[in-house]
Amino acid sequence: MEQYLQYLSFGNDGWGDELLYGLLLTLRLFIVTLPIGLVLGFLIALAKRSEKKWLSLAANVYTTVFRGVPELLTLFIIFYGGQMFLQFIAEFFVDDIRVDLSAFLAGVIALGFVFSAYASEVFLSAMNSVPDGQSEAARSMGMSWLRTMQKVIFPQIVRHALPGLSNLTLILQKDTALVSILALNELLRQTQVAVGNTKEPILFYSVACGLYVLLAFLTSIFFKQVESWANRGEGRA
Amino acid sequence: MDMELFIKYGPRILHGLWVTLELVGISLAIGAVLSLPIAMARLSKHKFLNAISYGYVYFFRGSPLIAQLYLVYYGAGQLRWELQDIGLWWFFRDAWYCTITVFALNTAAYQAEILRGGILGVPKGQLEAAQALGLKPLVTFFKITLPQAMVASLRPYGNEVILMIKGSAIASVVTIFDLMGETKLAFSRTFDLEVYFIAALLYLAVVEIIRFTWERMDNRLTRHLRPANE
Repeated sequence: MEQYLQYLSFGNDGWGDELLYGLLLTLRLFIVTLPIGLVLGFLIALAKRSEKKWLSLAANVYTTVFRGVPELLTLFIIFYGGQMFLQFIAEFFVDDIRVDLSAFLAGVIALGFVFSAYASEVFLSAMNSVPDGQSEAARSMGMSWLRTMQKVIFPQIVRHALPGLSNLTLILQKDTALVSILALNELLRQTQVAVGNTKEPILFYSVACGLYVLLAFLTSIFFKQVESWANRGEGRA
Repeated sequence: MDMELFIKYGPRILHGLWVTLELVGISLAIGAVLSLPIAMARLSKHKFLNAISYGYVYFFRGSPLIAQLYLVYYGAGQLRWELQDIGLWWFFRDAWYCTITVFALNTAAYQAEILRGGILGVPKGQLEAAQALGLKPLVTFFKITLPQAMVASLRPYGNEVILMIKGSAIASVVTIFDLMGETKLAFSRTFDLEVYFIAALLYLAVVEIIRFTWERMDNRLTRHLRPANE
């Protein structure tokens, strides 16, 4: 038992600080990806509702692709493909140059694409659940388009979309662990390093799983709060 | 596309696809069997059973599949002597069995929640009617509740199948040569990005075929629930 505590302690003998560093990187990856995925997902939902045929078709293909291909494979394609693409662009301008796509950036792009594909479906059904009469009523009261969006439509979309987005956020949080494959020093990767040095896989992987569960717990509490805030205008019996 | 590449790695990649399907099929089947007692425990009024099953589901749904796989695969190595003593080492030594164990335990948690939702959705009147007819609780469950719960859960089940197919790519990190594993091998030898695109197309095809089949199945199995004039 004492041995275990020492393994998890902070400082030179323990791996506590390394794990904490990994946890922070996991959080950073998650916090950077989330807003990008949300905005992209919203835009793609708008594209799906567009009257331009090619635009809605493109948006639907995007969703089908990123919901059908494993996250791990998407990650590899973005990482290696992005690298080759950047290299190609760079060599076009400068001879003998070597550029690298960071694992962090590849993770943000890949996970952002996957998240946005799922999120666009959530936003789409939320948009469809707001009746046309709402915007018509707002317009007839003399509200501008922007004001209508801001005060009438958007709050309702958010309310309908929140439960779905909360689920997707929890999935995104778990998917950040995949970026450990690209040797990004996030929580799972740091855990692997600790296991390699101590030969204590059960202890360290249990701790890592526990930390992910804790993150999921905290995130779900956060979303419950946001949901009750968003629903504050709803009548309750 | 490059013919040479195709001849050299094509058969291997197709075999990988077969391994993926096998892995997912077996895991889903074991998970389905396990999910029933877990769902029952989640629904039971017994405090202890309830807490255990809730913890089980929370753990498997709250942590990444890849971390769970590492825990069992590498954790088993640490328990080697203990496992040898009870004669289970041959099982946990094998990456294939480890992966199936983890995938089955993981999907059991998700399937239990799907099943629980379905069971809770069965109207109370159905149970009262069964009771009025003098059916025993066990008969009521297997003949009345479960079939209706399963029909109601069809859509989420389909999603779970698709999530498992996508998630199974993770098996490649513990030396399983599934579709992802074979593709990674081919890429590491050729550095041709094309192999990744081909794998993506194969996954996409499998997922779309399942989605299509599931939609038809759902339509057929719920035809008695639609209004007559539709």
